[in-house]
Amino acid sequence: MNLEPLQQKLLAAARAHPPADHVPYAFEKRIRAHLSALPPVDLAALWARALWRAAVPCVAFTLLLATWSFAPVPVSPTTEDLSQQFEQTLLAAADQLEESW
Amino acid sequence: MERTEAELIAAALKGDPASFEPLVQKYSPRVFATARRYARLEREVEDIAQEVWVKAFQKLGSFRGEAPFEHWLMRLAVRTCYDFLRAHQRNRESAFSELSEPEDDWLERFAAAPDSVNEQADAAKQLVERVLAQMSPPGRLIITLLEIEDRSVKEIAQLTGWSVPLVKVRAYRARAEMRKILAHIAKDKYL
Repeated sequence: MNLEPLQQKLLAAARAHPPADHVPYAFEKRIRAHLSALPPVDLAALWARALWRAAVPCVAFTLLLATWSFAPVPVSPTTEDLSQQFEQTLLAAADQLEESW
Repeated sequence: MERTEAELIAAALKGDPASFEPLVQKYSPRVFATARRYARLEREVEDIAQEVWVKAFQKLGSFRGEAPFEHWLMRLAVRTCYDFLRAHQRNRESAFSELSEPEDDWLERFAAAPDSVNEQADAAKQLVERVLAQMSPPGRLIITLLEIEDRSVKEIAQLTGWSVPLVKVRAYRARAEMRKILAHIAKDKYL
């Protein structure tokens, strides 16, 4: 079956049957009553709710960082500590200079 | 003396729902017609319309009066309908085997002689509703606005808040999606 004409035919069918625009009886009264019953927008409450929502991921992230920082660090096989390695690297050029004299 | 739209909006902005009532009365037919394009059950249509008006009242402060109120309201209505489609996309119809007898007959007549079938027939309307109900929310929205309501890409971009290139990409995908669904029907029926 050729789909293109079928698609066009069905779209023409949809265009030929526009939806009804009737409104239920006293709909505007219902909306008015609904709007009157709505509580006024409390910005402080909205802000507090947003903060509470943000608190959960923040706490989770903090716990993750805490777990990571307290986790045992694998011991380096070298006996020298980092400060000594750093000093050696930094002064390597000076050492080479002394040897060349 | 009858108050103008601007006066009614100004009064509603001060929190007076009674001033909003004439606006609801005037524009509800358009809101209901829009909602009926996307929701089948009357209860769902009323829920959408109510949500549109509640949002309109709450967001009235963002209406700057540069464009007509109706345009602003229709943007809100289309976006509310899109939210409805996304919220209900799990309920999209899946069973093509349940085509009704008139739909079946219409398809058979179309397969035999494509030019002779009548697109005014109720069966064609039911069939197109079934196909649209199968589509993804953006696909259905685009096909409805572009192909059925005959709106321009620019208009759709304004209504949906999508960029013009995004509307074009989604229109291309929506047409392909619709053809895929039709191919599925044809395969089920004729292969």
